Amino acid sequence: MSQIQFEIDGKKVTAEAGMTILEVAQREGIYIPTLCHHEKLAPYGGCRVCIVEVAEKGWTKLVVACVFPVKNNIRVQTRSPKVDRIRKTIIELLLAHAPDSPALVKLADTYGARKDRFVKDPSFCIHCGLCVRYCAEVAQKNAIGFVDRGIHKEISFNPEIAARECNDCKECFPLCPTSYLQAVFVYTQSLSSP
Amino acid sequence: MDFERVDQIIDRYNAEESALLQIMLEIQSENNWLPKEVLERVSKKLAVPLTRIQHIATFYKAFSLVPKGRHKIHICMGTACHVRGASRVLETVVDMTGIQPGETDLDLKFSLETVNCLGCCALGPVMEVDGKVHGKMSPVRTGEALETYK
Amino acid sequence: MARLHTPEELDHFRKELLSQRDPSSPCISICAGAGCVASGAADVIQAFKATIKKEGLAATVDTKGTGCPGFCEQGPIVVIYPDEICYVQVKAEDVAEIVEKTIKENIPVDRLLYTDPVTGEKAVTESDIAFYRSQERNVLCNNIKIDSKNIDDYLAIGGYAALAKVLAEMTDLEVLEAVKQSKLRGRGGAGFPAGRKWEGSRNAADPIKYVIVNADEGDPGAFMDRALLEGNPHSILEGLIIGGYAIGAHEGYFYVRQEYPLAVENINHAITQAREYGLIGDNILNSGFDFKVFVHQGAGAFVCGESTALMTSLEGKVGEPRPKYVRSNLKGLWNHPSVLNNVETWANVPLIVNNGADWFASIGTDSSKGTKIFSLVGKITNTGLVEVPMGMSLKDIIFKIGGGIPNGKAFKAVQTGGPSGGCIPAEKLDLPVGFDELTQAGSMMGSGGMIVMDEDTCMVDVARYFIAFLTEESCGKCVPCREGLRQMHRILTNITQGKGQKGDLELLEELSETAVEASLCALGKSAPNPFMSTLRYFREEYEAHINEKRCPALSCRELISYIIDPQKCQACMICARKCPVDAIDGGKRKIHVIDQERCTRCGTCLEVCPSRFRAVTKLSGEPIPVPPSEDDRIISKKSKKE
Repeated sequence: MSQIQFEIDGKKVTAEAGMTILEVAQREGIYIPTLCHHEKLAPYGGCRVCIVEVAEKGWTKLVVACVFPVKNNIRVQTRSPKVDRIRKTIIELLLAHAPDSPALVKLADTYGARKDRFVKDPSFCIHCGLCVRYCAEVAQKNAIGFVDRGIHKEISFNPEIAARECNDCKECFPLCPTSYLQAVFVYTQSLSSP
Repeated sequence: MDFERVDQIIDRYNAEESALLQIMLEIQSENNWLPKEVLERVSKKLAVPLTRIQHIATFYKAFSLVPKGRHKIHICMGTACHVRGASRVLETVVDMTGIQPGETDLDLKFSLETVNCLGCCALGPVMEVDGKVHGKMSPVRTGEALETYK
Repeated sequence: MARLHTPEELDHFRKELLSQRDPSSPCISICAGAGCVASGAADVIQAFKATIKKEGLAATVDTKGTGCPGFCEQGPIVVIYPDEICYVQVKAEDVAEIVEKTIKENIPVDRLLYTDPVTGEKAVTESDIAFYRSQERNVLCNNIKIDSKNIDDYLAIGGYAALAKVLAEMTDLEVLEAVKQSKLRGRGGAGFPAGRKWEGSRNAADPIKYVIVNADEGDPGAFMDRALLEGNPHSILEGLIIGGYAIGAHEGYFYVRQEYPLAVENINHAITQAREYGLIGDNILNSGFDFKVFVHQGAGAFVCGESTALMTSLEGKVGEPRPKYVRSNLKGLWNHPSVLNNVETWANVPLIVNNGADWFASIGTDSSKGTKIFSLVGKITNTGLVEVPMGMSLKDIIFKIGGGIPNGKAFKAVQTGGPSGGCIPAEKLDLPVGFDELTQAGSMMGSGGMIVMDEDTCMVDVARYFIAFLTEESCGKCVPCREGLRQMHRILTNITQGKGQKGDLELLEELSETAVEASLCALGKSAPNPFMSTLRYFREEYEAHINEKRCPALSCRELISYIIDPQKCQACMICARKCPVDAIDGGKRKIHVIDQERCTRCGTCLEVCPSRFRAVTKLSGEPIPVPPSEDDRIISKKSKKE
């Protein structure tokens, strides 16, 4: 595998081609926040919290570290006024749905994000997709999936498969940052059991 | 819809995964909606998880998981029609039929959808019922047009 | 029909076709595009066919339903060749007279000719009509000449000559160089140089490659691709095969939105006919080049017009876009190099091959070459499709070709680029139309939708409309788009309802930055454009809505009131009867008054008040004048005006 050499936060690093900025950063002990990322799952690029600044050939752009493949001679900044501003807004948008989520509250602290910036819409799901993706990629049971799109997008258990598989599994439960998953599961169960 | 017919459609596409949307479109077109058992059949024959099919069935607006009405009303909400007052036409239809876009009334008489641009912008605002285009609609003319449908 | 095995056979067949067609005998072309069909063109076509047969003229007079020539406001359109006599707004009842006078005696029927609204002059031929005169219809001109369901018509006008030339005389590299030299930029929205996109795929090591036609045309108000798909499908197909040859792709896909059933039908039909003639398939025209074409329908998702989402949909999945960190011309459909281009881009390729790259590059501006088809719609006199060289000013397009704003209203803005674009105000009307010029003005070329707005259009509502559209069409995967647009929609709706607050504009700007910088795909990244451009040019409207609870355009329902001017009301009772909520009090000689508590601002009274009275008006942000006293409301016989 060819070697890639670049910089993160001023530190010169080496990586193999095909690695993402996030993978390299984690290996180097450089922290980049994430919400939808999980080591066992394919990178998702949904929450956009891991956004970083990349300077390449004189151009600066924002990319998500979990997906962007490393290239030679790029200079990555994991914090900057712009990055911080955008992360703050993203967290505030999510806090409107799940104001008490521990993961969000912790991030809110670092970035000065306010719970009440946006009108609350307590649907709780932040669409990190961890539950759906874990069930599809790791557990391979496909008991839960997404439905619809845009602002109407939701997670939804398939009642028959859930009744069959979930009670002996529940491996996705600890992954949910807002505990919405558990609530949906209980709701689905209550609908299907007589 | 009987499974034999479903299988025929699937086989015509060689049960290929990439043809999933086309298969579902054909079933929707023939059957007017996608019953759950039919989706389960497609899931089995194409070896595709049901969750993916359900996401597709709800993501794309061409599909319906419930039966549609006898008369399908499409109100164009494209920019040209919007600028000419399409939202008033939609309000009139909602008032008269009692259903919102995406819904079908209880008698299965009307199904209402909004569409983005039917390509008849010179006739805006446009209402299409059962494929027939009614042009230059206003709240008053909309009411008159709808009353002709039984 | 026998297969054409070589370019010589194709050429020979074409010559035979032409020899069988007498260019001097009449040919009646009736536009069978969606707009004209909606106005009764199918009946007109039927009437012509029946009348011609009845009069025993079927042997010498050809009648055909054709593609859309673009003059939609005046449809149904009939053009009679060889003299190109053009009739507008033709009804089935007119057919008998046309056959009697024009077909039999070559005399035009005056009342059916187009009359210029300014000069009063009648235009006899198609080229006399002002709407067409300033256009340069390189791509669209053939629509009215061919029956799109008949490949022979396309061959008769020179169709597939470009393909034959490419396969017999040019290498794939030479084709690529021609497209590069022409400086053709994509016509679908982003305007990426087509040659550069093709080159990336051609040079990729992967032996499996694809070429794809984006026929999803989702921008509301845009129907250029529809006219080409329905009216001249072979022109697109020919371009696609040439593109496949240039990059080394042996499979092509059409992704056609299912809201265009006639387009799906005509494309499938064209492909079947081309296959029969051997223009698709194995060893095309003895070149050794194999090419297959497949048609997929969309299923009702605007986001599938985005190239990576389209490819994902072709793979049988939900239309979720992919990050473009690795470009799709290198890793696209099933991770193979894929060239995806818009319908109009592909349709330009045979023209470049036939006329040369230099010819194409001689049209337009330095950075935007060739012609562009726009759908000119909204508050405009001549609604329709116009094809102009890049560089023509917006003013010329809207006023010279479009005929300006109807009903004596003032131009306010023109919106280009669909939900990804912006509004351009009157002070920028001299702007030459081009990719970079439009982007710098805060909008973009987009696919070609050009929606004209007048003084009655509320620009805050325009922003709200586009954001609302995108909240429904967003795939919902990433936070900046899904959540950002959700909040922007909420705030903009509040502003249009008089609930705007201090700080709203700043919040909207912050959400815009987040969406622009952090969204996963172009839908999210460009979503704030309509808001940002209207804020840039019409800030005072936003401020009026927020600070004064006033809608300057008198459009936002919650901010307007309808009143009846007691000086003008003639107590005719029409509005009182039509009011759906019985909010109008009045009698036969008693001036009408609207009960503001009951009024729902539906606008019916304004619609039905006779134009000679014009007694109903709208107010916003001002107190409602006190209605006259009961006594003053009685109209006595002496004071009644006429």
